[in-house]
Amino acid sequence: MIQRLFEERMMKRKRMSFFGALVLLLTMIFMVSTAAVSMAEGTIKVGILHSLSGTMAISETSLKDMALMTIEEINASGGLLGKKLDPVVVDPASNWPLFAEKARELIEKHKVAVVFGCWTSVSRKSVLPVFEQLNGLLFYPVQYEAEECSRNVFYTGAAPNQQAIPAVEYLMSEEGGGAKRFVLLGTDYVYPRTTNKILRAFLHSKGVVDGDIDENYTPFGHNDYQTIVANIKKFAAAKRTAVISTINGDSNVPFYKELANQGIKAEDIPVVAFSVGEEELRGIDTAPLVGHLAAWNYFMSLDNDANKAFVKKWAAYVKKNNLPGGAKRVTNDPMEATYIGIKMWAQAVEQAGTMDVDAVRQAMYGQKFMAPSGFEIVMDPKNHHLHKPVYIGEVKENGQFDIVWKTQGPIRAQAWSPFIPDSAKKTADWTYPWVCGNCVEPKFK
Amino acid sequence: MGIGMRTTYCFDSDSRLLILRILPMKPMNRLGVIAFKIAWCGFLLLLFLMDPVTAPAHDASDGAFIETLQGLGSRERGIILQSIETLGRMGNPAALPALEALENKQLRSDETGRVFIVSEGGSAAKDAITGSPPEGAIEGLYTPSINNQVRRVLKPVIASFRLASPDRTVRLTAARELGERPQEDLADTLRNALAKEADAEVRDTLRLALALTQIDSPDKSCRMEAMKDIGKTGNQDFLAILKKPLQKNEKGEYVETDRQIRNTATEAIRAIERKMAMVGTARNLFYGVSLGSVLLLAALGLAITFGLMGVINMAHGEMLMLGAYSTYATQELFKTHLPGYLEWYLIAAIPVAFSVAGLVGVILERSIIRHLYGRPLETLLATWGISLVLIQTVRLIFGAQNVEVSNPSWLSGGVTVTSGLVLTYNRIAIIFFVIFVVLLVWFLLNRTSIGLKVRAVTQNRSMASSMGVFASRVDMWTFGLGSGIAGLGGLALTQIGNVGPELGQSYIVDSFMVVVLGGVGEIAGTVCGSMGLGIVNKFLEPFSGAVLGKIMVLAFIILFIQKRPRGIFALKGRMAED
Repeated sequence: MIQRLFEERMMKRKRMSFFGALVLLLTMIFMVSTAAVSMAEGTIKVGILHSLSGTMAISETSLKDMALMTIEEINASGGLLGKKLDPVVVDPASNWPLFAEKARELIEKHKVAVVFGCWTSVSRKSVLPVFEQLNGLLFYPVQYEAEECSRNVFYTGAAPNQQAIPAVEYLMSEEGGGAKRFVLLGTDYVYPRTTNKILRAFLHSKGVVDGDIDENYTPFGHNDYQTIVANIKKFAAAKRTAVISTINGDSNVPFYKELANQGIKAEDIPVVAFSVGEEELRGIDTAPLVGHLAAWNYFMSLDNDANKAFVKKWAAYVKKNNLPGGAKRVTNDPMEATYIGIKMWAQAVEQAGTMDVDAVRQAMYGQKFMAPSGFEIVMDPKNHHLHKPVYIGEVKENGQFDIVWKTQGPIRAQAWSPFIPDSAKKTADWTYPWVCGNCVEPKFK
Repeated sequence: MGIGMRTTYCFDSDSRLLILRILPMKPMNRLGVIAFKIAWCGFLLLLFLMDPVTAPAHDASDGAFIETLQGLGSRERGIILQSIETLGRMGNPAALPALEALENKQLRSDETGRVFIVSEGGSAAKDAITGSPPEGAIEGLYTPSINNQVRRVLKPVIASFRLASPDRTVRLTAARELGERPQEDLADTLRNALAKEADAEVRDTLRLALALTQIDSPDKSCRMEAMKDIGKTGNQDFLAILKKPLQKNEKGEYVETDRQIRNTATEAIRAIERKMAMVGTARNLFYGVSLGSVLLLAALGLAITFGLMGVINMAHGEMLMLGAYSTYATQELFKTHLPGYLEWYLIAAIPVAFSVAGLVGVILERSIIRHLYGRPLETLLATWGISLVLIQTVRLIFGAQNVEVSNPSWLSGGVTVTSGLVLTYNRIAIIFFVIFVVLLVWFLLNRTSIGLKVRAVTQNRSMASSMGVFASRVDMWTFGLGSGIAGLGGLALTQIGNVGPELGQSYIVDSFMVVVLGGVGEIAGTVCGSMGLGIVNKFLEPFSGAVLGKIMVLAFIILFIQKRPRGIFALKGRMAED
């Protein structure tokens, strides 16, 4: 009896190992075939480095889709320098060290001309040494805390002075409610902490004392906001208060639900979020969020021709490729930044007449592009950041934003915040005589 | 509201005239006061006659009125703001429907400046003044956009109009609304309304609203009285107003020179702070119990599969997730097939979530887990693998994005017990739901024959077998029950958090923590463990912050387990042997 059981189990094991071998074989065939395709003559390879699995997949997958759409669009209009673009998509799986490995693989093995990728600041920090060592080129499309300016990176998302600071100025203005006290609420990691450090210094410069600033952090995935919301209520009793939220990801849903359930209304205590956009509002019940604010450089609801064409193109692409989510798919700020980045890079390659990183970098300076945000966006001739307009939108029931405030035009990014004493001395300028991303004085005098 | 009827302010409730508070005074003083009163009355009467604002011509055809009303449909937010303010001053109640429509985004305007109010569904529209329909299509009309600034001005104006409503609840809400945003220029409106009001609760609310506008009144006794009453409410929102007289200027002198007023303010502040401290404790307790119930719901299923059966079930989180997705699926079915009963989909989802998760549990037990009994390491790896498979399956069916599970309206909002203590309906519902589930589990285990067999098998498997209990079938039912209970937990979690494929991952650690702390093998231990953790966590959080609070709780558990390795409720005697 026991013998039979044992034999049965052995049989099962054999069957299992057979299946395993089969799967391995299939994977190898697949890998060889993809490698063969990418070796085709006369293409320019571009790398796409976004997490397609793990916690960040929710946000980053749509950036990969957007990058592929833009590349397809460029190919449809004849490609670059007479060659087609060939996207190489890798999956760093929300694993920060793996980002660096995958970046090295893209540059060394696949010999890509440029990489579009990363979302979280920690993933960017992890790939930075690779790009600097191998002289690669990275386009980073997400709003971030700045305090960095690498020669090998072009930052197409917003720096704090292009998102956080205008938003706080708006909250302090009469129109925004004339807030006197601020709750800085965030998820516990580098972006919220650095942003709040800058904001605190900025608020000090506006005469807001420490007693009127309440800084608070929650872990990733926190979902019990009862105490925090009750404290906000208590804090707000004294003076007009606004909440500045750098809560990232899923936690936003329980946070806004708790706010609504405890009866905090947007017109009394507005919450302005820096990480809540159209993509994040998709798939949640927006009723408790209505009236709360978000600050971005682009909203899907912007009413201009460039944006209409952009949204239409995206919808057509989603339909054609039958992407998951279908008609519910939206565009958002980092997707627009991805689009601008790829288009600008293509323009720079055309202008330089080569894909050589140094030549393209030179051609990038001052590059212009008519962006879906409704302005002709310029790449700063010195600091690798875009000049971007700032919009503040109120959440509507349908998950879109009603634009309530905007800047006159695009704002130049400050790579180093003038509100942090150590950073204020630093200059990011990659032209002569500075030629430096973080120097106190020019390299060449 | 806590405002006594005995208080007499510097206004009389029967007339809109300002009458000094009649204090016990000497007869010779009284004469002077009466003379003053008469003079004051005459003065106000004069104002009354001269001021067109307080005695408006309630006429919708008034030219200035129509022009202002049409300003509500402007494309410029500044003009909308001005129009609202002017309409508020005009006091013509004919403006109310248009103002309400503006708030609800049901107001439209056309090129000629006419404003229309569209019906709820957006199918019909009528002119806000004449009532006639628009010439063109409704879709072609412009919707004026309003922001928080507009809403802040709009709400008190609407509330001041609503004070004249025949409906008591409307008046009460309006009075509360005005109390939340005290504005000096509304004092007259409040006084008017108070004069006409018959309902006691509305009167109290109005009095408080009025007291808030009177805090800067030139009359000293009137101010002190207002402060005392504000102090009695115990409402933290009014602390800032009370602190005003205690402010100092640059030289360090009090802005308020009157010592008596300062003392009254200090006392009122103390009264509020005393109440807040009490409310704070009650609040932490409620939040703790509520957090505890969430933990308990997440852990109860595990208390059965891990606690009773000893299966290290890493796929437990995914049973929660399946329950949540069943709830979502039920909601979607209701949306398409029974839209009229959408409010009650949660009730229908209870058996669905239980049976889906239970069924998956039974299938897992039969196909995989039963082959691994007694081999904890393999069980751990296998169930972890199962959890990955389940996550990916759900991702393939429903997509990687979170799905939207809405709160039915009877679970949105909360009840204000007293100022500063809002008990939200979804949390209250979860507390009741967890009581229901615990009772259900207790009943199943202790009052049914299958429960008896479950206990027999878990306590002494071979003895139970030899007594004729079909042990392996009991295992199947037990695992199914544990999974089904986890499914119910998942259903409750949809009401407070996100529903996504990775939902279970965030609860698995907490669940194991609760079961281990409570004592493996005892449902009562799980209940105590989760409630204890919830309450300790919530009392720590205000001092330490959410991040540090969680770390401290973890450290506490580690120490506790060192002291009592078998948890709070350790099984004793022969039963405890493995």
